[in-house]
Amino acid sequence: MRGSRESLGRRQFLRHLTFAAAPLAGLQGVQDSLTGKGATGTLRDPSAVGRPRQPTDPKENDAELQAIEQRLACTCGCTLDIFTCRTTDFSCTYSPALHREVVALRDEGKTAREIIDTFVAKYGEKALMAPKPQGFNLWGYLLPGAAITAAGVALVAVLRRREAVAAASSPSEAPAVPPVAASPDEMERLRRALAEVED
Amino acid sequence: MTVLGEFALWAALLLGLWCVAIAFTNQWQHRPELSRSVIRSVYAISGCLLVASIALWKGLVSHDFNIEYVASYTSRNLPPYYIFSAFWAGQKGSLLFWGVVLSLFASAAQLLTPRRYAHLMPYVAGVTSAVIAFFVCVMIFAANPFERLGFTPADGRGLNPQLQNVGMVIHPPMLYLGYISITIPFAFAVAALLSRRLDVGWIHAIRKWTLLSWLFLSIGITLGMWWAYVELGWGGYWAWDPVENASFLPWLTMTAFLHSVMIQEKRGMLKRWNFGLIIGTFLLSIFGTFITRSGVIASVHSFTQSNVGYFFLAFLVVACILAFTLLYTRWSLLQAEVQLESVVSREAAFLFNNLLFVGIAFSVLWGTLFPILSELIKGSKITVGPPFFNRVNIPLGLLLLALTGIGPLIAWRKASTANLRRQFIAPVTLGLMTLVALLSIGVRDFYALMAFALGGFVAGTIIQEFYRGVRARRRMHGESFPAALGRLIARNRRRYGGYIVHAGILIYFVAFAGMAFKQEKEATLKPGESVEMRSAFGHTYTFTHVGISQYEALNRIVSAATVEVREDGRQPRLMTSEKRQHVDSFKRPTFEPSTEVAIRSTVQEDLYIVFAGAVNGTEEAVYRFNLNPLVWWVWFGGLVLVVGGLVTMWPGAGPVFSGTRPKNVEGYQVAVAGAGER
Repeated sequence: MRGSRESLGRRQFLRHLTFAAAPLAGLQGVQDSLTGKGATGTLRDPSAVGRPRQPTDPKENDAELQAIEQRLACTCGCTLDIFTCRTTDFSCTYSPALHREVVALRDEGKTAREIIDTFVAKYGEKALMAPKPQGFNLWGYLLPGAAITAAGVALVAVLRRREAVAAASSPSEAPAVPPVAASPDEMERLRRALAEVED
Repeated sequence: MTVLGEFALWAALLLGLWCVAIAFTNQWQHRPELSRSVIRSVYAISGCLLVASIALWKGLVSHDFNIEYVASYTSRNLPPYYIFSAFWAGQKGSLLFWGVVLSLFASAAQLLTPRRYAHLMPYVAGVTSAVIAFFVCVMIFAANPFERLGFTPADGRGLNPQLQNVGMVIHPPMLYLGYISITIPFAFAVAALLSRRLDVGWIHAIRKWTLLSWLFLSIGITLGMWWAYVELGWGGYWAWDPVENASFLPWLTMTAFLHSVMIQEKRGMLKRWNFGLIIGTFLLSIFGTFITRSGVIASVHSFTQSNVGYFFLAFLVVACILAFTLLYTRWSLLQAEVQLESVVSREAAFLFNNLLFVGIAFSVLWGTLFPILSELIKGSKITVGPPFFNRVNIPLGLLLLALTGIGPLIAWRKASTANLRRQFIAPVTLGLMTLVALLSIGVRDFYALMAFALGGFVAGTIIQEFYRGVRARRRMHGESFPAALGRLIARNRRRYGGYIVHAGILIYFVAFAGMAFKQEKEATLKPGESVEMRSAFGHTYTFTHVGISQYEALNRIVSAATVEVREDGRQPRLMTSEKRQHVDSFKRPTFEPSTEVAIRSTVQEDLYIVFAGAVNGTEEAVYRFNLNPLVWWVWFGGLVLVVGGLVTMWPGAGPVFSGTRPKNVEGYQVAVAGAGER
């Protein structure tokens, strides 16, 4: 038992040593910023940064372009829109391609509506992040609100009817006990009691 | 150890079946030794599942890669705390985690429930054992965590990089604890129905459990949002993903129950509704697991998919039929003791609140399932994403926020016009002032305006409630303000804890509305190049790319892109976003490179920097910069909500009134000025 404890201690020591040495190993690497490649240095291990990127075009920050892409779903199965996928899932190859399609259509002078319609024609209705509110899809949009409204109206109607019934029957049910004036001391005690039980 | 683990699973299954057989055949009612046997079986099941859990942990810690689960979710160079959390990182382990925690909760319920509910406990044991037996069945026949490989790999695959985050160490267990603990109130509800003891006893017995379960769900959901925000890198925290929705559904119905149960306790109403809510909440928790595991709906959580989903579907259908049939057979015994007296009353406000909670739950469920329905009916696949859910749910959410402020202002039984005027004037004024102030500074987003204005109104309600309570105490007892506030909360924990929870919800809404003003920008920068952004709060940020450095850490190669951030020309600070290529102990890549976001959070806004990649292997970096307003308040709102929940469930804050209030009370009446107004 003692021996195993000692062994564990050694292991822990080696683990600590590994933790301590890891950053040093990095520092001993060959990367040297700004060496010999013009304005930017090269990375020691470019594959560790993921898929090589192309420089972004400033026009990609256009709010209208982002808005169009946020209404279109990526087709990789990630459930994200094109904009979110291409700026988040950097291993996805679908969203950058779809982005290029959107940019190309925009460069052709198509409006947002036309770009979206083109995507629907090409990829089907699943290309939209939310189905068009028409036909069967209207059920999707309207049913929850309609159900809540109907239930609310029914609830108010039932409550009103019960209220009317209660009001009609209350004179006969009410106890014929006249109110008794309470002293200030009794009132104070009652207030305290009410404050205790109020919840 | 795996043999012991498998043996323990079989023993747990047999004990569970024994428990179920005895509990539901009512033999125990005539033979006390059988009753004791049922209860002891619950403890024995816990013991068996603890042994199985220890066996799995032993396999994980000792790197026994011959166990398929260990090889799939760990590697030799995985940090120790992630080896610990790998227990619930995969399907099989999380099923065992579910089983063992449920068995511990079931044992705790047997141990901690007062003796006066002894008539319910064998049934409770039967229900909990049935659920545990189901989970153990799934493990034994479809997802065995002790399954061995035909060979022993030199190293495991390691843990998904996105799960290597402290949020994922805490978030799944919290959510599971929420899901799992729902079984206990459900078991008590079924026990009450079976035993025909349908008074408020079962409700008192489960009060702490429902709060605990709600609290765990709340913490789990908030931590999940935090994990998504810091780890997934898309700049938000809620995407209406089916799995997110699955966790939200039971939270909604449980919150509805926590409100409606007060009506039953105080007025003897809504008995059937409350049974329905508890049963529904339990079924939704199973539904959530089905959604997560089956893959019937596309989700970003697809890494958890397998064929066990259909076990859950079968269980869901059976449980649904049995529970609602049982409720139907007791329908006539669940008459309300009194009728609601007025539409303008606290009870009616609670009813509308319940309607909205259940309505939102329906709406979320409907949206989640709509792609399946569309495919079944129209034959075409559709995507139902955030734009759909936002369009349908934001108005409902705002209505709910309004009711959060309205409910506490209306008196029980019947509110007079004078009472309404007196109660509403200050909160409504505060709400209107907020609206005017925001309009005057140029805010025009309709939903954000509504959220902030209603937030002002709800804040007014909460402040007024505290102020009046403190003022009354100071007047009656002559206490100082802090003492009066402290004692007010301590003496009415349920009520004022509830208001603190409302404050947390209000903070959530305001923070959510803040995201309407978020800004994002993509930029490709060479070292020394800058990009500028102006935030909704008027701050100007200059982001200057410093460079990319690469180094090796324990189980990854890190590429760290550093940005110098200058706010309004002040002293700069550095922020670093990373790309991480995880490797096994032989330095072989295990997963696609993952991204670590750089975040600087203030009460106004978050700076959120994502290093998207490098251009052609150089230090020229592609970034996404986000300015996310009010995100800090989401986490703060979560904290307030948890504090409120803890205050509410602190021991001694039990229900203050139970049973039926007779309509006609003998004795005398006292004319109290303002009575009935609160």
